[in-house]
Amino acid sequence: MTVGTPKHRELGLTDSEYELIVEKLGREPNDVELAMFSLLWSEHCAYKHSRKLLRRLPTEGGRVVMGPGENAGAVDVGKGYAVAFKVESHNHPSAVEPFEGAATGVGGILRDVFAIGARPIAILDSLRFGELDSPRSRHLLDGAVRGIGHYGNSIGVATVGGEIYFEEPYEHNCLVNAMCIGFAKTADMVRAAAAGVGNSIVLMGASTGRDGIGGASVLASAELGEGDEAKRPTVQIGDPFEESKLVECCLELLEKDLLVSLQDLGAAGLTSSAGEMASAGGVGIDIDVAEVPLREADMEPFEIMVSESQERMLAVVEPARVDEVRATAEKWQTGSAVIGTVTDGGTIRILREGEVVGEMPVKALVDGCPLYDLEPAEPEDWIYGNRQTLSESATPEEELLALLSAPSIASKRWAFEQYDSIVGSRTVRRPEQADAAVLQLPEAGNAIAVSIDGNGRKVACDPYAGTIEAVLECAQNLACVGAEPLGLTNCLNFGNPEKPTGAWQLDRAVSGLADACNALGVPVVGGNVSLYNEGPEGPIYPTPVVAMVGELPDPAQVSGNAFVKEGDAIGLIGPLEPNLAGSELAKQRGELKMGLPQPDIENVAAACEIVRNAVRTGKLNSVHDVSDGGLAVAIAECAIAGKIGCETNIEHLRERGAQPTEALFGEGPGGFLVSGDRTTLEDLGTVLIGTVGGENVSIGAGDRSLSITLAEAEHAWRSLGGRAEPPA
Amino acid sequence: MMWGVLQFPGSCDERDALHACEVNGDGARLVWHESRDLDGIDGIVVPGGFSYGDYLRAGAIARFSPAMEAVAEAAAGGAPVLGICNGFQVLCEAGLLPGALLRNVELRFRCHQVELIDVRDGTRLSIPAKHGEGRYYAPEEMLDELEANGQVAYRYADGHNSNGSVRDIAGVTNERGNVLGLMPHPEHAVDPLTGSTDGLRVFDRLVQVAA
Repeated sequence: MTVGTPKHRELGLTDSEYELIVEKLGREPNDVELAMFSLLWSEHCAYKHSRKLLRRLPTEGGRVVMGPGENAGAVDVGKGYAVAFKVESHNHPSAVEPFEGAATGVGGILRDVFAIGARPIAILDSLRFGELDSPRSRHLLDGAVRGIGHYGNSIGVATVGGEIYFEEPYEHNCLVNAMCIGFAKTADMVRAAAAGVGNSIVLMGASTGRDGIGGASVLASAELGEGDEAKRPTVQIGDPFEESKLVECCLELLEKDLLVSLQDLGAAGLTSSAGEMASAGGVGIDIDVAEVPLREADMEPFEIMVSESQERMLAVVEPARVDEVRATAEKWQTGSAVIGTVTDGGTIRILREGEVVGEMPVKALVDGCPLYDLEPAEPEDWIYGNRQTLSESATPEEELLALLSAPSIASKRWAFEQYDSIVGSRTVRRPEQADAAVLQLPEAGNAIAVSIDGNGRKVACDPYAGTIEAVLECAQNLACVGAEPLGLTNCLNFGNPEKPTGAWQLDRAVSGLADACNALGVPVVGGNVSLYNEGPEGPIYPTPVVAMVGELPDPAQVSGNAFVKEGDAIGLIGPLEPNLAGSELAKQRGELKMGLPQPDIENVAAACEIVRNAVRTGKLNSVHDVSDGGLAVAIAECAIAGKIGCETNIEHLRERGAQPTEALFGEGPGGFLVSGDRTTLEDLGTVLIGTVGGENVSIGAGDRSLSITLAEAEHAWRSLGGRAEPPA
Repeated sequence: MMWGVLQFPGSCDERDALHACEVNGDGARLVWHESRDLDGIDGIVVPGGFSYGDYLRAGAIARFSPAMEAVAEAAAGGAPVLGICNGFQVLCEAGLLPGALLRNVELRFRCHQVELIDVRDGTRLSIPAKHGEGRYYAPEEMLDELEANGQVAYRYADGHNSNGSVRDIAGVTNERGNVLGLMPHPEHAVDPLTGSTDGLRVFDRLVQVAA
C-alpha cells in the first residue's frame, strides 16, 4: 500500500463517494463498514456506470416469471413449469487462474439458478481468447475448458453449447462467461427478498475462509505486520462436490417449503447477499460473524463479511423450522449455521459475539451508490489492430479453407467433448448437431432451445448494429430448431466506461440490444455487466454476449444442420445481404475498419418465422443459419456434418448487390440454408441454389466459383484439436 | 423386475438410471447410500457420477457405504447388479468385479457416442461414453482368465477405444455373470430423441444372464 493513500481510494472508492458515505452514516466508517461499502459501491455490485443505460431494455412480457433483480430470470414454459436462466462473467479470475476461474464461474452461475428454486439442467459458455498461435491463449483456453468441464461434469449438469472466439484484443483479457439454465415448478420458486422480522438467517454450505478477499485485502495488509503471509487473499477454489450436495439440499428444502427466501453468495460474499436480501425485503439484518463457521481461525469481521469462499447460500428461515432445515443439511452432509436475524428498522448490523462492529442503513449500503452518466465519444477510426494472414491473391478455394480452419469458425469438438453434454437425459441436440441446443422437458410436454452468441469484432465495427446482429444470430439459431424466443439474458463485457470510446461502445450496444429486443418482442429477463476489461494494450472488443431461450412444441420434429439425402434441393431463405464489413475474411485480409450495414430487424424476424414454422412441420431435412464466414462456410459445414457433398450456385446474390467474393464469404443477418424436398422448398418461397450429393463442395459464384473435396473441407474444419493443445 | 438405483452424495446419473429402469422394468426407486434396505428390489444399478466427490480415487470411498454392503450381499445371492461408469469403478473397488479403471490415456475427460460390441454375439451398440478415468486395466493373466471365462462382456469397436482400455475392454462381469460393469452409459441410450435405444439391450443382457 502506498504510504499516504487513503484506504478508500485503495479500495476503489472516489473521494466524493467516500464523502457521501460519511454523510449517509453521519460519521467516518470503520474498517468493516468501509470494506462493505467499497464492495457494494463497486461497479460489479452497483452497476454505477451501466444502470442508467440498462433502463432502456424491455423487461416485460407475458411469459416472464422473474425479471431483472432476482438471482436469475425465468420464463413460463407451460403446465406450471418455468425455465430459469442467467449468464455471468468470470473474466478476471480466469485470466489469472483459468482452471479455477472458469470452474468457479460455473459454480457461481449454478448457484444463481438454484437460488430461485430451479434445478440446474444445462450449462453453456461463451469464451474469448487471444489468437490461437499465442501460447498464453492456449494455456488459458486449456485451463478454462478443463475448469468448465471439471465443475459441470462433476456436479452432473450437462454443458450443451457455447462458443469460442479467438481475437487479438482478448490476448491480455480473456472472457469467460458461463450460463446456466434451470427448470422448476413455478409454485416452488423462491425470491431473494428477506422477510419476517425475527426470522433466522441461516448460512448453508461450505465454511468461510480467506479466499477471494479481493480489493479489501488492502485492509488486511494494513493491519498486518511485515512478513505475515498467512492472511494474503487467495484465488477462490471451487469444489463441485460441495456444491452438488448444496444443490440437492436447497432443492429439498424448497420442495418441503422450509425456506422463506434464498440467496447465493457470489461476489462480495455475505456483504452483498445479506445486503441485497435486506434491501429487496425492506428489512434489516443482524449478522454475528462469530457464528459463521470458519475455515481459518482468527478471521477479522471484515474478512468474514467480504470472503468469496465458494459453495455457500444464505437462507431466511422461520425459527420453528430451523431444526428441520439443519437436519436436511446434515442428511446432505453440508454445513448450516444460524448466523443472524431479520430485524425491522432497515439497518444492517455486523456483530462479533454480540458486540456491534459495523452498523449501516441498508438503503445507503445497497442503493446509495451514485449512478454516473457516461461521456461517450465515437472514435475517429478503427482503434484495434489489423493483422493480415491471407493474401489478396488467394484463390477462392484457399479462402474457403482458410476460413474453415480459422479457430473461431473451425469445429470446437476438441473443447465440447471435454464436457458431459447428456447427463439429465434432456439433450435432444448435442453441440454442433444443430444451430441451437435443444433440451426436452417431458414434464411440460415440450422442449426448449438455447443459443448464446456475441461476435465482438462486429460490435467493434459498429456497437449498435453489431449488437443487433448478435441478438438476431440467437433468434436465427432458435428458428433453425423451430423455437420461438421466450426471453433473453446478456453479459455486457466492455472496456473502461469512464473513457469516451468505452462509454460510446457501451451506450450504442445497449441501444442496439434494446431496439432488437423491442422489435422482436423478446423481454430481457436478466443480465450481468463486466466493465474495465482493458489494459495498457487497449480495450477488448466490446462484447455483449447474448443468450436466448426459446420454446418448441415437439422435439421429435427438430432437424439438424447436416445435409441428409442425396438429391435433396438446397435453398436460401431470408433477406441476407452478404457484406465483408467485420467479416472473418476481412479480418484475415487485414482490412477491418469501422462500419457495418444497418440490419433490417423486421425482415429477419419474418424470415425466422417462416423457418420456425417450416421446421415444426418436420419437412426440412437440414437447417443452418449463415453466420461467420458467410454462405460458403455455411454450405461447407452442412456438407461436412452430413458427410455428403453438394453442387450449388449463388450467383443470384448479385441481384442483392453482392459481388462474387461477398456472395461467398460476406456476412450479415437473415440467411438460412435449408435442404429438403424440392417442392417443399419451393412452397416456402426459397431461392433454390443447388443439390445435395457427390464428393465435392462446389459453389458457383461467377469468376470466383470454387470446388473443394469434402475431405479437404473436413480436414480444415476439424483442424482445431491439434492446434489447441497448451504449451508443454 | 423392480430396480433399485443407489444414490451417493455426488452421484450424477442416478435420475437417468432411474428413468432407464422404469422404461426397462416394472419400477424403480432410489436407494440412499446410508441405507441397507433393498426390500422388494430385484436388481440394482450403481450409477455414474462422482460418488463422495471421488476424492482419494474414483469409487474408493463409496465401496464402504452401507448400501454397498447390501449390494454385495444381493450380488452374492445372484441378483443382477449393473455398475455404470462411476458405478463400474465402485464395483471394481469393492472387489465385486475384476480389474481397475485408470485415467484416460489422453488425460482428458471425453464425452462422445461410442460403438460397442457385445462379445457374446458380435452385435454392435451405439451408446454414449463420458469419463476421465475409464481406461480398463487388469494384469495379463487375469485378462486371459476373464476371456476364457466369458467375463469380457463388451469391447469398444475398432476406432472407438478412446480411453486406452486394455484389449478394448468396455465392460466385464463377475464369474457368475450377474454383476456387470461398463464405462459407457446404457441409461443414456433408452430414448430415440436423445440419440439411441441400444442401452436397453445392456439391461436385457444382464437380466437374461442373471436369471
